Amino acid sequence: MNIKKYLKVYKKFLHTSLASELEYKTNILIDLITAIFSLIGSIFLLSIFFQNNDSIGGWEFEQALIIQGIYTILNGITNTWFNPNLTEIVKHIREGTLDFVLLKPIDSQFFISFKKITPSGFLEIMLGFCLLLYCIRINQININLSFLTLSLITIICSICILYSLWFFISTTTIWFVKTWNATEVLRSFLYIGRFPLNSFSFSLRIFFSIFIPIAFITTIPSEVFLGISQLWKILLEVIVSTVFLFTSRKFWLYALKFYSSASS
Amino acid sequence: MVKNIIDVRNLSKSFDISSKKPGIKGTIKHFFKRQKQSLKVIKDISFEIKEGEIVGFLGANGAGKTTILKMLCGLIYPSEGSILVSGNLPYRRKENFLKNITLIMGQKQQLIWDLPPIESFYLNASIYDIDKFEAKKRIKKLSVMLEIDDELFIPVRKLSLGQRMKSELLAALIHEPNILFLDEPTLGLDINAQRNLRKFLQKYNVETNATICLTSHYMKDITSLCKRVICVHNGSISYDGELDLLLKKLSPVKEILIVCRSNQDAIKLEKLGFSVKDKTRNEITIKVENNYIISTLKTILNNFDIEDLYINEPPIDEIIGKILIKKDYDV
Repeated sequence: MNIKKYLKVYKKFLHTSLASELEYKTNILIDLITAIFSLIGSIFLLSIFFQNNDSIGGWEFEQALIIQGIYTILNGITNTWFNPNLTEIVKHIREGTLDFVLLKPIDSQFFISFKKITPSGFLEIMLGFCLLLYCIRINQININLSFLTLSLITIICSICILYSLWFFISTTTIWFVKTWNATEVLRSFLYIGRFPLNSFSFSLRIFFSIFIPIAFITTIPSEVFLGISQLWKILLEVIVSTVFLFTSRKFWLYALKFYSSASS
Repeated sequence: MVKNIIDVRNLSKSFDISSKKPGIKGTIKHFFKRQKQSLKVIKDISFEIKEGEIVGFLGANGAGKTTILKMLCGLIYPSEGSILVSGNLPYRRKENFLKNITLIMGQKQQLIWDLPPIESFYLNASIYDIDKFEAKKRIKKLSVMLEIDDELFIPVRKLSLGQRMKSELLAALIHEPNILFLDEPTLGLDINAQRNLRKFLQKYNVETNATICLTSHYMKDITSLCKRVICVHNGSISYDGELDLLLKKLSPVKEILIVCRSNQDAIKLEKLGFSVKDKTRNEITIKVENNYIISTLKTILNNFDIEDLYINEPPIDEIIGKILIKKDYDV
């Protein structure tokens, strides 16, 4: 793979999608306001849960805020990259415009995963980071190199798992043509990621660890932040994210063999 | 000797298609249990196309023309048979193959809707690994050829259909492909825009020796661009050869419109035993076989004092219409 070429193309993707978004200034403003109110609403909801309890599932309010921070960053990434691109796959397949993507001398998964960007999601990412910095202060977390490295690794793994899950569901459109609802269900499950995994019953914990790996997406990075995560959990997250990425890639290449294009 | 650039042997394609009966009962049944059947849309076809040729694919809606084009450019896997396009198996979609071809679909667009077309051109240039300087040169050359140099900086959504189609062409040709697959490129365009597009394609073919495979329902596209046509009927090839030869075979007669000086002359002419297509007061249209045109004209000019005379080919749409519904042509 020619990395230089892909970087050049990505620069063009950034430029064209930002230019497209900036055509509609009011829309960007509404998105920014929505992001701020969404975070305020989430923190308010969390505070209601903790009103009569000092801790839920062993997590105190200040600690649970870390999960909220990581969730906000991931939601920002979802809104910036995944939502504008991966929901388009369904449209590409239904309308047959995937033809243009497949006939370009560039990796089709790269093209459909990164062509667009929604700048308002950046605000959510920044708000998430601000909340995390605040959490570091109130939880008196010691910042050192191993803390930063492990936090970064687990957050990157979370992003990979989230991307792979979404991409996997979108790919099934090649057979089922319409799968909007499935991606919506995935987003709804992600809302659960705002709460510590231990606050759920045993059976739900198993479900959210194995079937929809929400635990890997928010709880493990939060545990790393608090310094309470075990090494085996971090290793497991790295393995799970690698398997997810690899499988979604293979699944896409396999599915393309069944692509029949839309009729003219 | 000109080499073959496309070689298709015993190509077939089947699709699984589910059918649904009308009404609520049919809908419920369709939801729970789909009646799937394998439909063979392309049946054992073979043909070759030489480098620099412009070939028109003719056929009724659903005959299989677009499926053939999509298999040739590698979008659809063939069920049986083999395809070689410039020495490549298209469905593998190797980078050097993709850099040599382009697909233009009249009913679908790849330009970025909210931005001027120039942004999409530069994006495509980076995908095809063309540096900025070279891209600028190519955009300038093609925009002059397509006469859209003034529209390059206007958002796509504000362009007319004709201007948009020309911009689509430029976006699809920026990498200077050797093989062009055009699926209904003039769909929805007005007469002038259609003519300009045809002129451009002719010029592009002459200047670059590119091979062009074209499907169109506008007969003018086919007659002015293609020497050779491949007629597709229900997934099989019903004719593959020169368009002129097919037209001669299908239209062995010409129409002669004779404007007589008096109504009596027109009546006398009618009684001579010609096959009369139409008659108004002093005008009469007769159908004459190509071999007898000269002798018929001599007879008319020697025996009648006529005011004017026109020799017409039957309308091309009428002839092509016959191709779409007939199965075999033995020319």
